[in-house]
Amino acid sequence: MAKPLGQQSELAAAVAKNDRRRERAWRLHFRLVSAGILALILLFIITYLNVEATFISRAAPFILAGAGLTIGVSLLSITLATLLATFGALGRLSRSATANAIASFYVSFFRGTPLLLQLLFWYLALPQVGIVLDPFVCAVGALGMNYGAYMTELFRAGIQAVPGGQREAAVALGMSESTAFRRIVAPQAFRIIVPAIGNDFVAMLKDSALASAVTLQEILWRAQNIGRKEFKSLQTLLIAAAVYWVLTIAFTAVQNRVEARLAAGDRHKEVKG
Amino acid sequence: MSRTSDLRGATAPHELHPAERPGVLVKPGADPVLRATGIEKWFGENHVLRGASITVWPGETVCILGRSGSGKSTFLRSLNFLEDPTDGRVEIDGVSVAADPFRREGKQRLARIRELRMRAGMVFQEFNLFPHLSVIENCIEAPLHVKGMPRKEAEEIAERYLDKVGLLDKRDEYPSRLSGGQRQRVAIARALSMQPKVLLFDEPTSALDPTLVGEVLKVMADLAHEGRTMIVVTHEMDFAHEAADRVYYMDQGEFAEVGPPEQVIDAPQDPRTAKFLSRFRTLGGKK
Repeated sequence: MAKPLGQQSELAAAVAKNDRRRERAWRLHFRLVSAGILALILLFIITYLNVEATFISRAAPFILAGAGLTIGVSLLSITLATLLATFGALGRLSRSATANAIASFYVSFFRGTPLLLQLLFWYLALPQVGIVLDPFVCAVGALGMNYGAYMTELFRAGIQAVPGGQREAAVALGMSESTAFRRIVAPQAFRIIVPAIGNDFVAMLKDSALASAVTLQEILWRAQNIGRKEFKSLQTLLIAAAVYWVLTIAFTAVQNRVEARLAAGDRHKEVKG
Repeated sequence: MSRTSDLRGATAPHELHPAERPGVLVKPGADPVLRATGIEKWFGENHVLRGASITVWPGETVCILGRSGSGKSTFLRSLNFLEDPTDGRVEIDGVSVAADPFRREGKQRLARIRELRMRAGMVFQEFNLFPHLSVIENCIEAPLHVKGMPRKEAEEIAERYLDKVGLLDKRDEYPSRLSGGQRQRVAIARALSMQPKVLLFDEPTSALDPTLVGEVLKVMADLAHEGRTMIVVTHEMDFAHEAADRVYYMDQGEFAEVGPPEQVIDAPQDPRTAKFLSRFRTLGGKK
């Protein structure tokens, strides 16, 4: 039965108000539980672990001083990985048997062996053939090449996600295959790929901890070093965890910003004609 | 218009030079713009095109009719080598490219194909506008990066054609902000902006909401009437009847019947054409 118009709009307003109230309650609940978990952890630390303010005030700055190196290694590695992935993806999509074979071999090998092994290879194995590299170079090389292999597949998928009609329309206008790729396909693939690069960067921040194994004095190396010496690994590892966590939260926020901006850039995409 | 002269119902040989054919607006003595001969296409075991040929003179509008799967889209896409035919040859405005099924020829052939494509503008069923470029950028992209035209000149040309399709006011919009009909009209302007010798339309209204078909057909009819050379693969019988100088009917990869629309559509000689068209008639399409 149709109700009078006035009554209907009252009902709609009441429903909307109720929805908003439930939403607010849910968010409050979420925050309370989160704060509760954090409080429990802190309580546990304070009660059962010998928290020594003097030790922590000494250890924390020492560990934190590795953050620069962690970020630096990650930034350089993601740059190297992006470059390699670009060439890798072009190779994987190439009709040239040579390019395709090289790219496929690269992806298969670097995804098929442990990252830690690759890292140790740079640091421990290469010196046997006379190549001695700085731990920093080893870390960037190993992380960059390993992530490059994973990102190759990602880039390839991004390029393939651009509808085939785009390339067709471009070449039908007389563009060469390379012009069509550069001007039409790549810019569209880029928008698909960028958020994924952000994800990988955040993952790399944490995988860079492996570089502690080749004596790079980043966050984890420092935490282990000072923790072992004074038999306080529990405290130092918790500090390191906190540093990584904060870094991850910060860069995830940056990434969300970038994504939002990209989405705003093609906001027009969502409007249907 | 006057092109649909009463003489056209006569059974003029379809491959006759149009100057000798009644009712077609073609300069006497002109050479064909496009000639495709013996186009064959195999997809594996599937024989899609069986030696189809077509000749189109300047100023002509040719419609290709045929049921779905008859090969008419594949044929159209062979004309600019989006589909590489297994055999045959295509010549557009003096640029001639032959099939090269064993890929014996290299870069030179690719260069000739590009020359050929620059002379043949294509309009797709799915529009295929570039979503990351604005309307005007869509139109000047190829003139700028294929012909190396100065931006100012390219924009002037593009604006002229956008005006022609009635969308100059959408110059700086992005394709996603346009309706389907508007997108297809931009796609037509984009093709025109390369100033091609012939326009190829691949079922240009099939992906459109029925209410938007009219605006696209109107633009196409205007182009036909002002003497653009066009080849149109379509299911729009009324359009073919009104705008086409000649109609090709394709059946199983070959042309079963060719002639003026009054002949092919209204009085088909070939039983296959007749059967196909009878469906339209039962729907009461033709006046």
